Amino acid sequence: MTSPIVMNIKKKRITELLAAGKRTDGREPTEYREIQIEPGVIERAEGSARVHLGKTDVVVGVKIGTGTPFPDTPDTGVLTVNAELVPLASPDFEPGPPNEDSVELARVVDRGIRESKAIDLEKLCVEPGNLVFVVFVDVYVLNYDGNLIDASTLAALAALLNTKMFKYAVEEGAIVKKPGYDPLPMVNYPIAVTFTKIGNKLILDAGIDEEEVMDARLTMTMDKDGNICAIQKGGGSGYFTKEEIFEAAKIASEKTVELRKIVVKS
Amino acid sequence: MTTKKTEKLIDKKGIRLDGRKVDELRPVKMAVGVLPNADGSAYLEQGRNKILAGVYGPKEAHPRHIAQQDRAVIQCRYHMAPFSVDERKSPAPSRRDVELSKVIREALEPAVFLEYYPRTSIQVYIEVLQADGGTRCAGITTAALALADAGIPMRDLVVACAAGKADGTLVVDLMDTEDKVGDADVPVAYMPNLNAVTLLQMDGNLSVTEFETAVNMALEGCNKLYAIQKEALKSRYVVAEEAKEE
Repeated sequence: MTSPIVMNIKKKRITELLAAGKRTDGREPTEYREIQIEPGVIERAEGSARVHLGKTDVVVGVKIGTGTPFPDTPDTGVLTVNAELVPLASPDFEPGPPNEDSVELARVVDRGIRESKAIDLEKLCVEPGNLVFVVFVDVYVLNYDGNLIDASTLAALAALLNTKMFKYAVEEGAIVKKPGYDPLPMVNYPIAVTFTKIGNKLILDAGIDEEEVMDARLTMTMDKDGNICAIQKGGGSGYFTKEEIFEAAKIASEKTVELRKIVVKS
Repeated sequence: MTTKKTEKLIDKKGIRLDGRKVDELRPVKMAVGVLPNADGSAYLEQGRNKILAGVYGPKEAHPRHIAQQDRAVIQCRYHMAPFSVDERKSPAPSRRDVELSKVIREALEPAVFLEYYPRTSIQVYIEVLQADGGTRCAGITTAALALADAGIPMRDLVVACAAGKADGTLVVDLMDTEDKVGDADVPVAYMPNLNAVTLLQMDGNLSVTEFETAVNMALEGCNKLYAIQKEALKSRYVVAEEAKEE
């Protein structure tokens, strides 16, 4: 935790630069840092991907298990998303049960995948009301340098696209593995774009310095058809005007298309 | 949110399950100063939602490491009573409760002059006694009244309302069934005097144009609730005045 005095100096500097349309690392306001996506980094997981967004480093592992469906959705598989802010990722992360930041991160990533209906969960039903596949998406932050939501959503999507499910047959109500694999039934590709507000400027893909001094942030997740499937405002004690929100939706419409091309082909 | 439609949410005449029009709010009641022990409190009914909020502070921050040198911190707990929903809800905080406590805190923070009370904590407790959809919004509306009742200096009241999509139609102030089986939910918290949106979430599926309409509908709902909020505060003030004169 930086002291409030240093924080104020930092904020002043960043705000002054932004007023001239500049950022501390020379990027344009809506420019992302370099994105590297490496699918399949964990062989023992059914799917995985590691994403570098500048120095932010996130690995997502997908495990497939079996379980009983929720009573209100007896014929669909189950998706669960969890996020760990691992202590080695930042001096500000502490070991222990999930805190509100990791819960929020997990739930925003979850909402993007769930509400865009990215996975055809009905195909993951083995026996309605009784036996379904459970897709565990675990977000593991390895190095924190800002914008965890976008990095984690990219990594989760890349990992899901990389996921292989073993072929199986149902014999006497039990699943029997068969040789070979099928890809996970992916039908949509949600992409999250997070705006950070500093002073009265909106920027994308904030680094850690920018996040420390932000007034507020706004995440918009869009599906492949350009519809909005999840939104989350958070961070700091600031707000957005209605006009800023509508402007953000316009920028997000373009930016999500751009970012999706990087994941869906890789 | 599921896509399974168990019943029609809106009939041919555009009337919703509970008899409302698409742009109509549920009946609302608000009262301020309802808890003797709290520094500020408020109670709200919106449809079948029954929500109580209590505010304590500013007081010494506890645990001490959460204190900020240059401002007060808000500690917020959104909590649902075990009997507030059909199936008993465990009183332990769920992940949903943790997230909602965070976004509600962030919805209230912009309104409060936190810099007036460095190193202190303001505790905001929201108890959902009965839930009927839109409890985070109702919780914010109630908590803002409780903060004002506690005499904490604020830039404006915060008022919240959701809009969403049910049966393909945009509607305001979703009740339980519309929230659960509808197509989208957009809760918005707002400070009307500052044109400041302090909470914005969405789940479901909306085009950008639909989203803009939904936000405008929610803000219109906020403006209507804001008038009721101010009345609730004023009526408490008037009663106190009269008591003094006697």
